[in-house]
Amino acid sequence: METERSSCKSRIEDHPILDFPARKEVTFTWEGQELRGYEGEPIAAALHAAGIKVLHTSHKSKRPRGFFCAIGNCSSCLVVVNGVPNVRACTEKLREGMRVQRQEGTGPAPRSRE
Amino acid sequence: MAVRTTELVIIGAGPAGICAALEAASHGVKTTLVDRGEELGGQLIKQTHKFFGWHKKSAGTRGVLIAKKLAEEVLNNENITLLNSTEALGYYDDGTLLVETPRGIDRVLGDRLIVATGASERMLLFPGNDLPGVYGAGAVQTLMNVHGVRPGDSVLMIGSGNIGLIVSYQLLQAGVRVAAVVEAMPTIGGYAVHASKIRRLGVPIMTRHTIKEAYGKEQVEGAVIWELDENWNGIPGTEKDLEVDVVCLAIGLTPLAELLWQCGAEMAYIPELGGFVPLYDETMETTRKGVFVAGDVAGIEEASTAMAAGRMAGLSAARSLGKVSDLDYSRLRNEIAGELEGLRSGPASAKILSGIAKMRAMLQSVKEAAAVSEAEPANQPANQPADQPANRPAKQAASEPAEAGDLPKAGARDSEAQGNNGSKSEEAVGA
Ligand SMILES: Cc1cc2nc3c(=O)[nH]c(=O)nc-3n(C[C@H](O)[C@H](O)[C@H](O)COP(=O)(O)OP(=O)(O)OC[C@H]3O[C@@H](n4cnc5c(N)ncnc54)[C@H](O)[C@@H]3O)c2cc1C
Ligand code: FES
Repeated sequence: METERSSCKSRIEDHPILDFPARKEVTFTWEGQELRGYEGEPIAAALHAAGIKVLHTSHKSKRPRGFFCAIGNCSSCLVVVNGVPNVRACTEKLREGMRVQRQEGTGPAPRSRE
Repeated sequence: MAVRTTELVIIGAGPAGICAALEAASHGVKTTLVDRGEELGGQLIKQTHKFFGWHKKSAGTRGVLIAKKLAEEVLNNENITLLNSTEALGYYDDGTLLVETPRGIDRVLGDRLIVATGASERMLLFPGNDLPGVYGAGAVQTLMNVHGVRPGDSVLMIGSGNIGLIVSYQLLQAGVRVAAVVEAMPTIGGYAVHASKIRRLGVPIMTRHTIKEAYGKEQVEGAVIWELDENWNGIPGTEKDLEVDVVCLAIGLTPLAELLWQCGAEMAYIPELGGFVPLYDETMETTRKGVFVAGDVAGIEEASTAMAAGRMAGLSAARSLGKVSDLDYSRLRNEIAGELEGLRSGPASAKILSGIAKMRAMLQSVKEAAAVSEAEPANQPANQPADQPANRPAKQAASEPAEAGDLPKAGARDSEAQGNNGSKSEEAVGA
């Protein structure tokens, strides 16, 4: 099992109180671009660590939306995962090979299994 | 759709829900504990600081460690079934609780229900409040303390209550700059120890200041703050532009009570308790029979009181299931009531106590109104069966006429807080 540390500057490596154990790195895509994150962390955490904050655009005025509550309360962080829209990036766990896309408004109509 | 039957269902595995479960289970009640999170502990799992307000064994223990200990007790208890990563969706009149598990939607049938869902953050109105980079304090804590990711490089903190001060300190510990803490009130809201810790590290705490706007093309690139006059209006000419990529909102919590509205418990707006709260009696039972509450959802307070109130709710539920003898019940009830009284004896608890007193007066008038209309069944609307007096809207009880079944929008009715809330501009994020 790989247990590398990400070199991303947003990742906290040294903390006076908390330990963040090394986790398994996985590869996923954001808007077609390949990124790495830790298996099982929320998609939003992996994206944030990669500097990606705009996850969604609003229905009416297409304003950018990012995550806000981080616990699945507010629906500000909706993304499309493997073609399925309305997935909350703050609670959905990252898995190897996930295809994650920014959701425009309501997102595409869900298809049968892609 | 799987169906699970149990004697008691508890929604929320924060300190209140866990202590309710442990107490009920100690009397032999088969208990199912539901939490949408993966880890047990609610707010505690994000709290790296040493806890205040603990008169007994936990004084000075870090929140994360309290959570660990409680979680172990739950996992080792054979009367408690844990459903984590499971969200409660709705509670029906026949006692069905619908839950969404990672595998799909299930039904949980319990004889009693305890709602211990905690609180959610208040929103603040200002231009640009919907930009990515404007985060609730809880979100900043989750990202940083649970997932180990810094929320940004430089943060403007709104609010100097204990949460604003503690999260500022945690940001500094994680290596993030805190440009300033602004506070609309003339004095700092939180404890002096927390304020001086961050001041020593060079963070200015600016009272009588608030945010004027956050700006940026796709995400926060900066924020403007300004000074407030006695009427809470911004003073032109006092603006300061701060280069920040995160605006963190720490302007208070409000009970996460949607399930209680939905299940028809009588609610009332009580600012001292943080917003709309359920009316509940000394045993923690709401006006919907068999539905109990505990913790922040019943009024924003602390983990120590949430734990004691949780025990009380667990005891009451066990008692109403016939699992506790009279003798044990009165002994335990007095013990827990005494503990709560002790925890609320400080000057900081005056507000909570007055809120609870108000709430109890409202409960009393709801009960009286129910008794009157029960005596005169002719006055009853045809669709309200006489055996469900609690579900009728109590006109004289609520400070605003609340329509039954009308779900609250996040903070939308909080007229008290100087416009300090409302929903994210244009599209309500909380609704
Ligand atoms: C920054 C900060 C610092 C604090 N410091 C202190 C301190 O030093 N001392 C102190 O005593 N207190 C402190 N507190 C307050 C304390 O954390 C809370 O009062 C306490 O956690 C409330 O407990 P609770 O069980 O009511 O709610 P919570 O801890 O909020 O737990 C509620 C649980 O319910 C779950 N839930 C909600 N809705 C659903 C649903 N529909 N389905 C399933 N699960 C659901 C949530 O996931 C959560 O786990 C602090 C709070 C904060 C934010
Ligand atoms: S950030 Fe609120 S639901 Fe994801």
